[in-house]
Amino acid sequence: MIFGLAIASLFARALTVGMTILAIAVSVALFLSVETVRTGAKASFADTISGTDLIVGARSGSVQLLLYSVFRIGNATNNVTWQSYQDIAARPEVDWIVPISLGDSHRQFRVMGTTKAFFDHYKYRQGRSLEVSDGLIMDDLFDTVIGADVAATLDYSVGDPIVVAHGLASFSQHKDQPFRVSGILEKTGTPVDRTIIVSMEAIEAIHVDWQGGAQVQGQATPVDEIRQMDLQPSAITAALVGVKSPLQTFRLQRAINEYSKEPLLAVLPGVALQELWGIVGIAETALLAVSSMVVVTALIGMMATIFSSLNERRREMAVFRAMGARPMTILSMLILEAMLMAALGALLGMALLYVGLVIAQPILDSAFGLWLPIDPPSMREVWVVLAVIAAGAIVSMVPALRAYRLSVADGMMVKT
Amino acid sequence: MGNTGFSLNVPELSVAKGESVLLLGESGSGKSTLLSLICGTILPSSGTVQIAAQDITTLSAGQRDKFRAEQIGVIFQQFNLLPFCTVGDNILLPLRFAPERRKRAQDPTAQAAHLCTALGLPSDVLTAKATALSVGQQQRVAVARALIGQPPIIVADEPTSALDANSQAAFLDLLFAQTAENDAALLMVSHDPRLGERFDRVVQMEDVAQIQRGET
Repeated sequence: MIFGLAIASLFARALTVGMTILAIAVSVALFLSVETVRTGAKASFADTISGTDLIVGARSGSVQLLLYSVFRIGNATNNVTWQSYQDIAARPEVDWIVPISLGDSHRQFRVMGTTKAFFDHYKYRQGRSLEVSDGLIMDDLFDTVIGADVAATLDYSVGDPIVVAHGLASFSQHKDQPFRVSGILEKTGTPVDRTIIVSMEAIEAIHVDWQGGAQVQGQATPVDEIRQMDLQPSAITAALVGVKSPLQTFRLQRAINEYSKEPLLAVLPGVALQELWGIVGIAETALLAVSSMVVVTALIGMMATIFSSLNERRREMAVFRAMGARPMTILSMLILEAMLMAALGALLGMALLYVGLVIAQPILDSAFGLWLPIDPPSMREVWVVLAVIAAGAIVSMVPALRAYRLSVADGMMVKT
Repeated sequence: MGNTGFSLNVPELSVAKGESVLLLGESGSGKSTLLSLICGTILPSSGTVQIAAQDITTLSAGQRDKFRAEQIGVIFQQFNLLPFCTVGDNILLPLRFAPERRKRAQDPTAQAAHLCTALGLPSDVLTAKATALSVGQQQRVAVARALIGQPPIIVADEPTSALDANSQAAFLDLLFAQTAENDAALLMVSHDPRLGERFDRVVQMEDVAQIQRGET
């Protein structure tokens, strides 16, 4: 009965009501986007590596090892010697092992040395394998396979030359040994998309004339000569390990952690991820708390808007009372108005979230490798909308009760 | 009979069915308080208020609100209409709170249109915004709203004070014609004694109600 009146009353104050709804919408969009980014980031991280039982690197922190070896975030403090790598590879528990060598870059993308086994054993998103969309896996010493984002950003296609820079953000380049793009990988939504993959031998090859991080003056070994050299690496950055039986994972992990010839660290990717969530959990909670406070602030703004409208609406309330409306009807109408504003705000907020996702999805993907899926609203979003409506009803109780008291005192006669 | 700050003593005031009574009084003579008592938005500290054989002082606040919705049509001095509603919504407003009155109206929209025509309003006025009308037209809409569903009593609080002399006369003609058609009693409050000759009876406020200030 009063629904139509509440809507008409809201329309009559379209500008202030619109502003209030917009404030609620922006706050709800912020709240939902924090949650979307949070869950998206978690899913994206968790999807990056699957099927790998242990990650092995020089002894540092387990989170640090996970970040630099899998996510290409940060750097290794130390390397693992080739001898240690081979010792681990020879252990009976090991089903497969893939070495990783990091440190060089091309433009803004990192170069990773590995073996062909990487393409067989690296799995992402619940066991999916890497696929080549164009070209082939590297065959020649100076072949490279590039991730989808590398190809898209730098507009590379199969056969294009690539000159690798020494180190990260470095001006010194390995220009004597240019690479050739042999293959481009399918998009995976993982850091592989932003990686240039070369063979372990290639990493050695481009460092033939380098010592102590600098090129030896005047030394430029011809490529043909390099091809004849023994390019077995002396050290690697990390290794991905698969065990024959899950039951052996912990035994192998302990063995590596207690390896006497060199301080090593073996971590279970899932456990390291949990540790990472533990670290960022506080920030997540803080972010959620701040964004929920923004929603509360918007709702308090709505309360203030209703409050300030009460005086000018006393005559309206007196008309209602004269027509036989109970004070409770006036109270209900104000609460209904607030709930309508909150509902519209929450729904508009959700719409803003989707618009934002459509715009930000490719940007976040290319800039941070963070793939935020655009899914239909889940029960969580529905609950957020309902919670905002309920909170709107609760905060509107304050001005509604004031209107109730005013309408009891005024009756049909407004004494202003 | 009480209100905060002053008390109003009304020994007796009665209005017969179908009668038109003008209640004359200056500002501050307690007219509004008397109307609020009749409409049941305030209660007397002693005595009774009988409307259509019902002592409304024995009713609960909610029952009094419903009673008012069913039995009394109210016309204010000005700012009478809900500005955000159409004329039609404004006229039908009391029926939202009065199911019996709605039944009496039978076809509320048709009756609203009939009242508008009878009150000299344009035929398409029902869909117009209330604020789009002149003050005189708004007052006629207020009359239509008070009359819809044939309530037995019409209470009008200085409805002509915002109108010029010609409009006043025309407005009263329409008001009398429509209340007579519905056989409703009309109790109108005013401070203008010139209106008296048009009513069945004129009652001076000081003759029926004495104000005692400083008491509650």
